[in-house]
Amino acid sequence: MKRFLLRSGISAGVFAAVAMLAAATTPAAAWEPTRQVTIIVPAGTGGGADQMARFIQGVVSKHNLMSRPLVVINKAGAAGAEGFLEVKGNKGDPHTLIITLSNLFTTPLSSGVPFNWKDLTPVAMLALDEFVLWVNNDAPYKTAKDYLTAVKNGQPGEFKMGGTGSKQEDQIITVALEKVTGKKFTYVPYKGGGEVAVQLVGNHINSSVNNPIEAVAHWRGGKLRPLCVFDEKRMPYKDKMTETMSWNDIPTCHESGVDVDYLMLRGMFMPAGVKQEQVDYYIDLFKKVRATPEWADYMEKGAYNQSFMTGKEYRDWLEKAEKRHYELMKEAGFLAKSN
Amino acid sequence: MEELASLFHGFGVVLAPFNLVLMMVGITLGVLIGVLPGLGGANGVAILLPLTFAMPPASAIIMLSCIYWGALFGGAITSILFNIPGEPWSVATTFDGHPMAQQGRAGEALAGAFTSSFIGAFFAVVLITFLAPLIAGFALRFGPPEFFAVQFLTFCSFVGMGRGSAFKTIAAMMLGFALAAVGLDTVTGQLRMTFGTTELLRGFDFLIAVIGLFGIGEILLSMEEGLSFKGGQARLNATVVFETWKKLPRYWATFVRGALIGCWMGITPGGATPASFMSYGIAKRMSKDGAKFGKGQLEGVIAPETAAHAAGTSALLPMITLGIPGSPTAAVLLGGLLIWGLQPGPLLFVEQKDFVWGLIASMYLGNIAGLIVVLTCVPLFAAILRIPFSVIAPVIVVICAVGAFTVHNAVFDVYLMLVFGVLGYIFKKLDYPLSPLVLALVLGDMAESAFRQSMLMSGGSLSIFWSNWLVASIIALGLALLLWPVVAWLVGAVRRTQQPAAST
Repeated sequence: MKRFLLRSGISAGVFAAVAMLAAATTPAAAWEPTRQVTIIVPAGTGGGADQMARFIQGVVSKHNLMSRPLVVINKAGAAGAEGFLEVKGNKGDPHTLIITLSNLFTTPLSSGVPFNWKDLTPVAMLALDEFVLWVNNDAPYKTAKDYLTAVKNGQPGEFKMGGTGSKQEDQIITVALEKVTGKKFTYVPYKGGGEVAVQLVGNHINSSVNNPIEAVAHWRGGKLRPLCVFDEKRMPYKDKMTETMSWNDIPTCHESGVDVDYLMLRGMFMPAGVKQEQVDYYIDLFKKVRATPEWADYMEKGAYNQSFMTGKEYRDWLEKAEKRHYELMKEAGFLAKSN
Repeated sequence: MEELASLFHGFGVVLAPFNLVLMMVGITLGVLIGVLPGLGGANGVAILLPLTFAMPPASAIIMLSCIYWGALFGGAITSILFNIPGEPWSVATTFDGHPMAQQGRAGEALAGAFTSSFIGAFFAVVLITFLAPLIAGFALRFGPPEFFAVQFLTFCSFVGMGRGSAFKTIAAMMLGFALAAVGLDTVTGQLRMTFGTTELLRGFDFLIAVIGLFGIGEILLSMEEGLSFKGGQARLNATVVFETWKKLPRYWATFVRGALIGCWMGITPGGATPASFMSYGIAKRMSKDGAKFGKGQLEGVIAPETAAHAAGTSALLPMITLGIPGSPTAAVLLGGLLIWGLQPGPLLFVEQKDFVWGLIASMYLGNIAGLIVVLTCVPLFAAILRIPFSVIAPVIVVICAVGAFTVHNAVFDVYLMLVFGVLGYIFKKLDYPLSPLVLALVLGDMAESAFRQSMLMSGGSLSIFWSNWLVASIIALGLALLLWPVVAWLVGAVRRTQQPAAST
């Protein structure tokens, strides 16, 4: 390992010298990857982050956007901590990227594993994932208000909320809803969002806060009913998904008098200590990916919030999101002892 | 008969030359992936997924699902020849398959394994063709208590498997549970038994343990026993396949049971690995040669292989109709559907006829093609055992190490594999059974989550396990299997006391 570092140190030195020479002769030759680039997915195969990473890999190779190969590997151990720790350890490596979900904030807070987004270099926010409150189509509740009133009037723990993982985004939203109703849900953690949606179809739980893409098939099949979306604005997609409704027809939770909103980051990071021109290369790459028709189609299928941020704007967003997660999780009692 | 018309339409899709080529490529790649331990179907499909981007969805799914069929076939090869399960679901195949190879019956074991894989898959495909919408609804009845009940049943059908001391079986199983508990606990989100080390965060992967316990452990044993493979001197002939086929019809009951267990576990979705264990356990109990299991019974190869392949195939059914993957590979294929812009769910059958029926038709043709590919290679595979141990053993160790590395791309896992190898050797020397450890490691985590989810739902009351007919009957079946030895002994004891009474 040491020898490898040494060698890569030398080659980096040579590279820098060559680059300087090049810079002296031709004006600003932009940085490009010199070997294979790896996207680490801090989650299992088949999940939302994994899909997005592999989708980007597909788009990049189809449109020849990069001269070097792009590979995707999963490091899902301990709610993603494994992947984050690896990137944290790869200081200065411009050939590693990591795609994050909310576990960027929740995992270190709940498990005490030592990492923070500040240990990484933020590259770009690719999109934000929406959360929708779903109930079974056979349930009598037509609006978020109906449902939450029923929860309020029920016994504590009478209503079961299913979600992905423990002390992660789904449970954070559940706790926020509990603050509104003043009644506890019985939160049942599952391994993946697809499983949660099916459990709701089978009436094993009363509600879920699935991402659109996880539940859309069951909505279209007439098995699930969306009550409200946890965003400040409605989703913009106006194509009819069922006979009568489009994503745009789902009211926001605020409209239904439930003041809860939550969006999940789908963002890219690099290890710390990389050069700005290297970051710029990837920002440019993701801009090209976002310009493809496939991306537009993918965003619509998953009803994503298409916010794109880089640089300071992105950092500020992260700063705010981290603070918010800390507060929400502290209130819920989800913080690990070391925090 | 609407299904038949649609199916023929599907055959039309698959028989396009481009798709046929992809099918053969997929099968061949799949067999290779199956042979390499660690590089499982899920990894293989995930790696190739972005390549399929430029293809029409029907062609893409044909190629990827054929990789999956190939991997299902290929997993048996190394299990039988070297006692190294190429895939998790072929662990149970090693129990009798490897002893058969040691007795010089590798060809028979391989032919039996491939044929039963095919029969299992064929049964499942027929089921999918005609009963898909009906069965899909059934999977919805499965909540956490039902899942726990299925896992409980798997354990119960397997307890009493180990020959020899019950104490040793329990000790091995408990060690498996302890290892399964390492890592992040899904229910509370807390880390358990990682002792602050980064490497232990991801827990002990079942595959790494299996590669070490079986593969490396076996190499260590062979080294001690004289640096050669047993069974290498067996005569080879090209007709071994037909000779094996002649023996197969007498095991029809094992085939039917295996296929039923497999389909059940694939749809519910329990997965191919538990299905293969459950089928092996039940075959052992039901067979009149049950006592000979583990010493090289053909039936002990047929049972797990039929079930694993039936489960692997039927696992695609809940994926297509409901969007729940019945296996890790199905989970990756599901991601593929979304990337290709298809939405899994009940409407897929209506909106994407080409795709769905192309997939189903490729299940038929892919499995037939796969069977032909692997069966023609049986003498070739069996001949590998003739290569001197000193040449092949280092190759096996390297393949094992690469396999262990591939699971998580971590060097630590290679060391871990070696540790498990030593553990496997010690287990064999002290006559502790490995299978309960492996079973506990693969199912412990799932069973624990399901149990604790059930407890959350019921507020801590065990009565949730007999709250409806479905969960109650599975639990009752499990208890019956668990207590079977006791019941049989009691019945015997009562008879013995009655007989003297009657004779006087």
